[in-house]
Amino acid sequence: MRIAQHPILTFDRGKEIHFTFNGQHMTGYEGETIAAALHAAGVKVLARSLEKHRPRGFYCAIGNCASCQMIVDGEPNVRTCITLLKEGMKVETQEGKGKIQ
Amino acid sequence: MREVELLVIGSGPAGLCAAISAASSGAKVLVLERNFKPGGQLIKQTHMFFGSESQYASHRGVDIADILLSKIKAYGDQIEIMLNATAVGFYEDNVVTVLRDEKEYFKIKARSILCATGAYEKSLAFPNNDLPGIYGAGAVQTLMNVYGIRPGDRVLMVGAGNIGVIVSYQLLQAGIQVVAVLDAAPRIGAYLVHASKLARMGVPILTSHTVKEAIGTDCLEAAVVCEVDGKFQPIPGTEKRYDVDVMCISVGLSPLNELLAMRGVEMKYVPQLSGYVPMRTESCETSIPGIFVAGDASGIEEASSAMAEGYLAGLCAAAGLGHVPTDFEQRKQTYLKQLEDLRSGPVGDRIRAGMKISQL
Amino acid sequence: MFEKTGVASREMVMTKFPSMERINKGPVAVVECYQRIPCNPCQTACPAGAIQIGNDINDIPRRDETRCTGCGLCVAKCPGLAVMIVDGSKSADTVEFRIPYEFLPLPEAGEMVVGLDRAGQPICEARVVRVMNPPSFDRTPVVTLEVDRRYLYDFRNFRKEA
Repeated sequence: MRIAQHPILTFDRGKEIHFTFNGQHMTGYEGETIAAALHAAGVKVLARSLEKHRPRGFYCAIGNCASCQMIVDGEPNVRTCITLLKEGMKVETQEGKGKIQ
Repeated sequence: MREVELLVIGSGPAGLCAAISAASSGAKVLVLERNFKPGGQLIKQTHMFFGSESQYASHRGVDIADILLSKIKAYGDQIEIMLNATAVGFYEDNVVTVLRDEKEYFKIKARSILCATGAYEKSLAFPNNDLPGIYGAGAVQTLMNVYGIRPGDRVLMVGAGNIGVIVSYQLLQAGIQVVAVLDAAPRIGAYLVHASKLARMGVPILTSHTVKEAIGTDCLEAAVVCEVDGKFQPIPGTEKRYDVDVMCISVGLSPLNELLAMRGVEMKYVPQLSGYVPMRTESCETSIPGIFVAGDASGIEEASSAMAEGYLAGLCAAAGLGHVPTDFEQRKQTYLKQLEDLRSGPVGDRIRAGMKISQL
Repeated sequence: MFEKTGVASREMVMTKFPSMERINKGPVAVVECYQRIPCNPCQTACPAGAIQIGNDINDIPRRDETRCTGCGLCVAKCPGLAVMIVDGSKSADTVEFRIPYEFLPLPEAGEMVVGLDRAGQPICEARVVRVMNPPSFDRTPVVTLEVDRRYLYDFRNFRKEA
């Protein structure tokens, strides 16, 4: 899902960052947000809605819309589209509002 | 509590130009930016900008961000940009509360405040519009042009305004197929040169069309579109299905200026400027002296106007603080003339009408 | 129709083309700008003063075919990629086009590609003569193609063979 070559832009990807998504090992790059790295890995469902458990994905990419809120290192409602990836992060799908652990 | 001379909220085209302009008059400026990178939407614009040399026409947005940031750097500690810092409150005593890195919460008091907070993308109501795979067009730009990540393989673009048409072209540049661009309006809203660029790549632009529904279980799998009549009502029997894994919603922007409303400046709903906007003087000053506005936060326009308005607002805000350069009047007239030029054509009709209504 | 599809009609296109006499003399710019928008880099870029917009930045650029040298500096400068160069001086049967092309992979000189019209539909074969991509073009490469003269008013783009 990564763009290899682009006519206008060059992508200087930082060093590899390792994290987990629902226990599964994943790799992203330094300087990337959690949601971007997940998207690159083909993960499109980031959360489930409160009442009807509908899938929630990446939507606005600028921290406005709340569609990408996930549980990160035990903390719910993290806006993953604006939160940078860090080594060893534990990222989980959020169901509804999430609980503070 | 930290005290600053001029606080600029937002580091997009308007905010950066405002900071440069105010600093060049001698003001000390703090710029707040909620993102971890400065530049606002400029950092994802790979196309060349319109306008004239004074608005860096013919340069790509992403490069304009670099040009403006290098100008800012030349002012040394006269301009500080604070990243990851979201202005969350704005109070009577000109105190702005800031949330930094999602954990530090503090106050900043400013003698003058310039709001350049930009805009947000509007959404569109249709069944299953919440499926993953449906994005704001700006989000897809961020994925592609900031992170170099493909949103998917086959895209339906909803909205044939400048953003919809430009993002479609950018999708093609990233090697992604765009099956069609639709718009409920009977005419293309984008600059027609942009539309022609797309048309000659074989992407059909379907005016008088809308999305009837999205189809998919966990992610978008297809979209059903249909024609609409002169009253924007769906015409039965005109449905068409596109198998797509991405749909971009690009149906316009709304000014993002809740901070100004919270502070109590006089606001007005101005449809020509795409939403609630602050009333302001020719100098971009709101109904409360010392509080200024520039760019999309004052009404949706092109980035070229946002830059010219930023320069004007920064100049006037600095003057209000006592930093009046000898060529103040001449500079002010230059920026006003640039804005007049940018707004004087047929695409500026709407803006000019809106400006009249929102003028103090 | 243009405002609904983005595809200019033959009549509109014809208004932007120079005379056949001028085309046959050598390279000349075709500025396909049909809408009043605030934009003037073509005028700024032209070293011959052949493209004039005037005092109102919204006015539609006028190209003077006698002053235009076909240098092509406006091609990569136009933010709307609305300018191309046509040259009918090379042969009686063909015409050379210079068009902006911001996609990868770029074609190579000598390669045969598919010629497209303004709606992106295949209409003819085209031979790539040259690909120019100097730093001054700022990542808007300009591709020169040789096309059968019959497609003078229809050819506007190309795609590489699948």
